[in-house]
Amino acid sequence: MQAFDWDFIVGHMNYWLFIVLMMTGFYIVVAKGNLVKKIVGLNIFQTAVFMLYISIGKVTGGTAPIFPLDMEVDPAVTYSNPLPHVLILTAIVVGVATTSLGLALIVRIREEYGTIEEDELLKIEKEIALQDIRQHSEVIGERG
Amino acid sequence: MATEMVPHTALTLVDQLPAFQILASFLAAPLIVVLGSRRLAWPIAFIASAMSLIVALMLLSQVMDGTVISYRMGGWAPPLGIEYRVDAANAFVLVLVSAISTLILPYARTSFGKEIPLRHHTAFYAAYLLCFSGLLGVTITGDAFNVFVFLEVSSLSTYVLIAMGAERDKRALTAAYDYLIMGTIGATFFVIGIGFLYMATGTLNMADIADRIVEQGGNRTIRAGFAFIVVGIGLKVAMYPLHRWLPNAYTYAPSAVTAFVAATSTKVAVYVLLRFIFSVFQPNFLFEFNTLEYIILPFALIAMFAASFVAIFQSDFKMMLAFSSIAQIGYILLGIAFLTETGVTAAVVHLFNHGITKAALFMAVGAYVFSANGSYYDTIQGLGRRMPLTSAAVVLAGFSLIGVPGTAGFVSKWVLVQAALEKGWWPVALLIVASSLLAVIYVWRVIEVLYLRATPQGCQVREAPASMLVPMWIAVLACIYFGLNTDLTIGAAETAARGLMSGSAGMR
Repeated sequence: MQAFDWDFIVGHMNYWLFIVLMMTGFYIVVAKGNLVKKIVGLNIFQTAVFMLYISIGKVTGGTAPIFPLDMEVDPAVTYSNPLPHVLILTAIVVGVATTSLGLALIVRIREEYGTIEEDELLKIEKEIALQDIRQHSEVIGERG
Repeated sequence: MATEMVPHTALTLVDQLPAFQILASFLAAPLIVVLGSRRLAWPIAFIASAMSLIVALMLLSQVMDGTVISYRMGGWAPPLGIEYRVDAANAFVLVLVSAISTLILPYARTSFGKEIPLRHHTAFYAAYLLCFSGLLGVTITGDAFNVFVFLEVSSLSTYVLIAMGAERDKRALTAAYDYLIMGTIGATFFVIGIGFLYMATGTLNMADIADRIVEQGGNRTIRAGFAFIVVGIGLKVAMYPLHRWLPNAYTYAPSAVTAFVAATSTKVAVYVLLRFIFSVFQPNFLFEFNTLEYIILPFALIAMFAASFVAIFQSDFKMMLAFSSIAQIGYILLGIAFLTETGVTAAVVHLFNHGITKAALFMAVGAYVFSANGSYYDTIQGLGRRMPLTSAAVVLAGFSLIGVPGTAGFVSKWVLVQAALEKGWWPVALLIVASSLLAVIYVWRVIEVLYLRATPQGCQVREAPASMLVPMWIAVLACIYFGLNTDLTIGAAETAARGLMSGSAGMR
């Protein structure tokens, strides 16, 4: 058993990149305070999954899964698996819908709050919450 | 390529029921947008929802004896084609979702009238129907990738529905945004999990995946898939500690949306979790067994206490109910984590009972928002005399939330305690009772505010209109009916649990 299996590492290049992309995207979603940047991170995160699926579909030595025009399939030819590609088409559509909805929400948030930075939004919401408590806490206050 | 000649067999309308279940509302949604008529939007939505309810009841009556309906979408045979599969477990959930939707629509018409500007009404009903059909689709399909697609259909429209609460409180927008980010991460984790399963088995049909997992036994790919699926669906279920999106989303959404989403969407996610844990993966795998016993069980117990405790200190009725929902999801997950037939029966019964209880309570909150323009405790204090019918509904549904004998909540907690004792885990049984005591405290606080406090001077609040009271009281009476007559709920849940516990064999 080789300690450093070069063939294994290069042979699974797609999967390594999938992990790198996925973690990059995930990190951006968690760490960045700008709402638009979060959506970009989400996009990278989803793109990583597309890469995973398309990698699954690859068959070694396989060619594009397209029928010849005369519909006579040569059994000697290996084709790649087209199913994951089709699934990913669906997932891409879902991703586009998510991105557009997210951006639309950001526009509305900007209109209402005047900012799209998470820390400023939190500050504004904290103030609203404090006001609510001051205004509505008589019920609790009487208790003490 | 020679085309294979398949003899054409005529299907009767009854055979097409599973497709009809989804299509009614799925086609009605674009119809509403195309017609663009504010007057027609509500009747179309209501007819589509009522038709779904009738279809769901017909399906349930067909599968109550334990048979399984397999429907080939577009005539393509599984495992290659997409299969719709109806058994006792999901027919039960289909009935719950479509019944709640049909109940809430008449209520929503009045409630939205005040909470959402008129120009948004047509778009609103379209989004509502898409959410509804997405939830039905997640429940009925037997194809793993199809679950993801329908999950996203329902989630995306839920984000829109929640954001519509911005007219009343702008925090609805940030709540919807947070839910969008977390929900998408959850859904993407779920797809990654399905990708790993496809890698290991080469199929997407759930029954087929189950068979092949049995053949090859557990391996690392399947375990990774299991982990991704549990975390992904856990986010949608609002499994503690993945629940952070829930309180704000429920609190700031329009009242009718909260009532619908709280009663259905987390319940459907729980169903998906059940389906994957018991039918696709085999519960006797050590890895899954350990996950349930050492991760889900403790988190379920923490949720029961932590969320109930937080609920006690809320000063907003709606926020209190949102936290109580997280606690109740803890009970459902606890039932699943027992991994026994009684435990799963308890989970399925509680899923149904908690659905109708929360629908009734959130509808009552909506009535207060409608009449008194708010649900803070100081806004609704003393309204027990001003709004007697709504407040009586809160008391009865609140009893069901606590689990007072004679209500639906008691039945499911009774089965849950039984399941705990059956396993010999009496400390868990004691904890279930103890956390119910916390529920007594937070429900009592509301009752005290409603009945034992003086109405503020010059209070002009009137009882909510009948269009809101009737659906609310139907839900309340259902809480009591299913608390006294347990044959239907426990019978269906036991059939469902038996089907789920028999693993992949239960899928055919």
